[in-house]
Amino acid sequence: MGALMLDVRDLSVTLGGRAVLDRLSLRVNKGEFVSILGPSGAGKSTLFRVLTGALRATGDIRMDGAPPRGQPFAFMPQRDALMPWRRMIDNVTLGLEVQGISRAEARARIAPMFAEFGLDGFQRHWPHQLSGGMRQRAALMRTVVQDKRMLLLDEPFGALDALTRAGMQRWLKDRWQAHRWTALLVTHDVREAVTLSDRIYVLSARPARVLHEFAVTGDLHRLETEILETLLEGDA
Amino acid sequence: MRALPVLVAVVLAWELYARLSGIPPQILPAPSRIAVQAWLQREVLWQNTLPTIRATCLGFAFSTVLAFLLSVLLDFARPLRRALLPVFVISQTLPLVAIAPLVVLWFGFGLAPKILLVALVTFFPMLLALIEGYDSTEPEIEALLQSMGASRAKVFRLARLPSALPFFFNGLRISITYAVVAAIFAEYAGAVEGLGIFILNAKNNFRPDLVLAAVGISSALTLTLFALTRAVQRIVMPWAR
Ligand SMILES: Nc1ncnc2c1ncn2[C@@H]1O[C@H](COP(=O)(O)OP(=O)(O)OP(=O)(O)O)[C@@H](O)[C@H]1O
Ligand SMILES: [Mg+2]
Repeated sequence: MGALMLDVRDLSVTLGGRAVLDRLSLRVNKGEFVSILGPSGAGKSTLFRVLTGALRATGDIRMDGAPPRGQPFAFMPQRDALMPWRRMIDNVTLGLEVQGISRAEARARIAPMFAEFGLDGFQRHWPHQLSGGMRQRAALMRTVVQDKRMLLLDEPFGALDALTRAGMQRWLKDRWQAHRWTALLVTHDVREAVTLSDRIYVLSARPARVLHEFAVTGDLHRLETEILETLLEGDA
Repeated sequence: MRALPVLVAVVLAWELYARLSGIPPQILPAPSRIAVQAWLQREVLWQNTLPTIRATCLGFAFSTVLAFLLSVLLDFARPLRRALLPVFVISQTLPLVAIAPLVVLWFGFGLAPKILLVALVTFFPMLLALIEGYDSTEPEIEALLQSMGASRAKVFRLARLPSALPFFFNGLRISITYAVVAAIFAEYAGAVEGLGIFILNAKNNFRPDLVLAAVGISSALTLTLFALTRAVQRIVMPWAR
């Protein structure tokens, strides 16, 4: 496992008078895949909003030992957030375009990657012409082509049916093993977290703080049960 | 297209009633008589239709450009938006019957008062549609763009503007149905030519057939413009086909 990359310490956020994050601390090492599990409304998406700079918080965020400069994160929002008015290929290049790279160059740069994401031949399709799984892969591709230090994935498979979801998880695991992306994943699905991650943080209900941290090793079935119990017991 | 059989049935019933009831054509002309008279007067009718088309299109174009520019301004300056929207609502409550003669009084018999009246009637629905359209942008898409480091202007261009397009075209269609009527009304209030003047003269000469011929032309104009907006929408929004 690589060196410490993201170091979040004592993050607290209050929204509309309500505490949403409560001295939340977590770490992600380079090349590591870390999942965050927590009840609905706990504050998981809020954590991502703080990390991407959309929301202010108290506490300390360090990237490679220093306060983050520029935007070190590529963010995939909770729904796929594909733009219906852009063809699939133009959705995927969005991040590069915002960075000021010309459309032609952005297209050339990502062209070899479509096959890997199972999207080859669909470049000119509109998002509504893609299946749910394809949309998620397009959104994921849009995230990774930004070539940032770290991926923030907010329930990437939340909207998919169980079968498609399982397929996507397997696919993502393969991709991840090939690329060694560093990623922080939010999910509701214990099995998904166990399948994909090196480590798992279980959060409390709002205001979110870390209840427990699990390393994914040994008997995975037993680990799943343990995590479920932690989630169900909550603060009790 | 579904409306076609209904339309045919109404015209047929009208024709039969006008012929069999014994009501004189000076009161209720049959559709056939209207058509024949319109054909006989086709040159005068056409000469008077052109100015109406010109006033409608110019007024509408003016109003669209104005609504767009103002909508952008109001999207970036929120306090201004809260201050100005009520003023525009008031502009919609002005009765056209009272305003039209005044505008003619101020701006004369030329093109200007017609453009102004058409704009006055069509401006607000479009402005409102655009503003609501901007606000309909998916928050996730905006959050995504912000995470990519997009400026407010880029968020507007890449997300808010395209999100507003379906709303804009709805507003456009509503507006366009008012536009022709507003132009005719403006002519009626004072002009040298145009369908409004044609109607005024026909009425004064006790020619309901010619009044109705002009009405038919005005409806045809509105329908054409309506179809045109659909065609433009198909080109501008190819993803929604
Ligand atoms: N702008 C806001 N003002 C007030 N409260 C807010 C605001 N945004 C979010 N919240 C509250 O913060 C809490 C956490 O929201 P968040 O979206 O982070 O939850 P989450 O853990 O991602 O939930 P889910 O799993 O359902 O996506 C929620 O209870 C929500 O009501
Ligand atoms: Mg969430």
